[in-house]
Amino acid sequence: MINHSTFQHAQSAHCESGVVSNLFRHHGMQISEPMAFGIGAGIFFGHLPFVKVNGVPGTTYRTFPGAIFNKASKRLGVTVRSESFRSPEKAMQALDEKLAQGTPVGLLSSVYYLPYFPPAYRFHFNAHNLVVYGKKDGNYLVSDPIMDVATEIDPESLVAARFAKGFPEPKGKMYYPVAMPDQVKWEKPIQQGIEQACHYMLKIPVPLFGVKGMRFLAKRIQKYPHAVGDRKAGLFLGNVIRMQEEIGTGGAGFRFMYAAFLQEAAQQLNKPVLSTLGTELTAVGDLWRNFAFQAGRVCKSRAGDETSYKDLGDMMVQCAAAEEVLFRRLAQVKF
Amino acid sequence: MKQEEVPQDGNGLTGGKFSQLFYAVNKEGAYVQVSSVGWEPENVAMAQAWDEIHQKTAATRQAVLAGKLSPIAYYMEKNLMTVEILAGYVGKFQWQVKRHLKPSVFKQLSDHLLQRYAATFKISVAELKQFSPTTL
Repeated sequence: MINHSTFQHAQSAHCESGVVSNLFRHHGMQISEPMAFGIGAGIFFGHLPFVKVNGVPGTTYRTFPGAIFNKASKRLGVTVRSESFRSPEKAMQALDEKLAQGTPVGLLSSVYYLPYFPPAYRFHFNAHNLVVYGKKDGNYLVSDPIMDVATEIDPESLVAARFAKGFPEPKGKMYYPVAMPDQVKWEKPIQQGIEQACHYMLKIPVPLFGVKGMRFLAKRIQKYPHAVGDRKAGLFLGNVIRMQEEIGTGGAGFRFMYAAFLQEAAQQLNKPVLSTLGTELTAVGDLWRNFAFQAGRVCKSRAGDETSYKDLGDMMVQCAAAEEVLFRRLAQVKF
Repeated sequence: MKQEEVPQDGNGLTGGKFSQLFYAVNKEGAYVQVSSVGWEPENVAMAQAWDEIHQKTAATRQAVLAGKLSPIAYYMEKNLMTVEILAGYVGKFQWQVKRHLKPSVFKQLSDHLLQRYAATFKISVAELKQFSPTTL
C-alpha cells in the first residue's frame, strides 16, 4: 500500500505533460516532462478566428486538452482509468476512496477556483490538470504541476474547480494509471510522437493549423489595425503573446520544451540527428521570443501604426518558414 | 534561449513571487529547467487584458445605474463570466440569460431564480436586487 507521503511533486512548465510525468514516475516509470510532451505530440499551432474568448480570436501552440495524456499513455502501454461524474458528492466520494487506497489521481479543474494561484492568473480556464495525492486535516494535498511546491486545497474550492461550468465542462473528471508496462520501450513511442507532430505541423489540410496556420495568422495580424481598430488590435495581439508565453509553455509556445524532448530522444535512442534538430528548434524558439518581445512593445505603446503590425506579421512568416524547414527534416529522420 | 537569458521581470500582478518553469540551454548546449518570475511582454499582455476587464466592468456598472442593463450583467462581468458560462451555472439557456440582462425582465424574475444567480455570484439576493451607486 502506497502512503501519500511517497508522492514526489516536481514542478513542470505545462500542466498536462507535468501530470503525465509526475503520475507515471510515481508508478515507477522514469519519464521527464519534455519526454511526456514529445511522445504525446503536444506541439501544435492553430489560429481560429471564429472561436472567440471574450471577443478575442483564439490561438494555440499546443494540441487540444487531454490529447497529450491519452497519446502518451497509449504509446507507452499504460492502462489508464478515467471517470466523470454528474454529482459532486459521488465525485468526491470516488476521490476519497482512491486516496484511501493510496492512489494519487489526476483531476481536471478550472483555474478560476484554485486559491493557491495568484488572482491575476485566475480566469475561467476549465482544462487545467493537477494531481491530488492525499488528505490532511480535511484539506486535500495537491501536486499542481505549475506550482514550485506541493500545496493544499479546501474541499469547497476543489468541488467548485471540478464542477466548473462553461466550455469544456470538467464534470469532475478523474484519471489514474491502473497498469504499467513491465519494461518501457522508448523507440516506438518516440517515433510515433514525432510522426504525429510532423503531421500536425505540415499536413493538416486546413489552412488554420500548423505552419499554414502561422502564415494565416501573420496575414491577419498585418490587417488588425485597419480591420478592428487600434484598441482591439492591441488586445488581439496581447492574446497571441499570452498563449505563447503565459503559464505553462516553458517559453516560446512550447518550442523550447519540444527541443528539450528532441535532445533527450537523441540520447535515449542514440540518434545524434535529433539533437541537431533540437538545437535548430531552439533557434526557431528564439525567433518566436523575438516576435513576442516586439509584440509586447507594440502593445505597450498602444500605437497601432500599420508598419509595426506589418513587421510583426513578417516576423511570424519567418517563424513559419523556419518551422517548416525543421519539421520537414524531422519527418525525414529514419528510425 | 540561454540559461542566463531567462528573464526575471517580476510584476505587481503576481506579487513578483510566483515562479514558472522554463526550458533553456546551458553553456554545454544541454537543456535545463530554469525558474522565472516573469517576462515583460507577458506582463504587458496580462495587464492589458485586466485593464480591458476593469474597463468593461466599469462601463457595465454605469449601464446598470442608468437602467440600461440588469445587475446580473454587472456581476457577470465582475466574475469574469460570459453568458455561456453563467447559463451553465444557473441551468438556463443562453437566450434566457440574455433576456435576464434586461432590467424589465429582471424585475419579474422569481426569488428562486434570483437565488441561483446570487449563489453563482456568491452574494445575497438582496445585494443582487438593490444595486446602488455605492455597489462595487
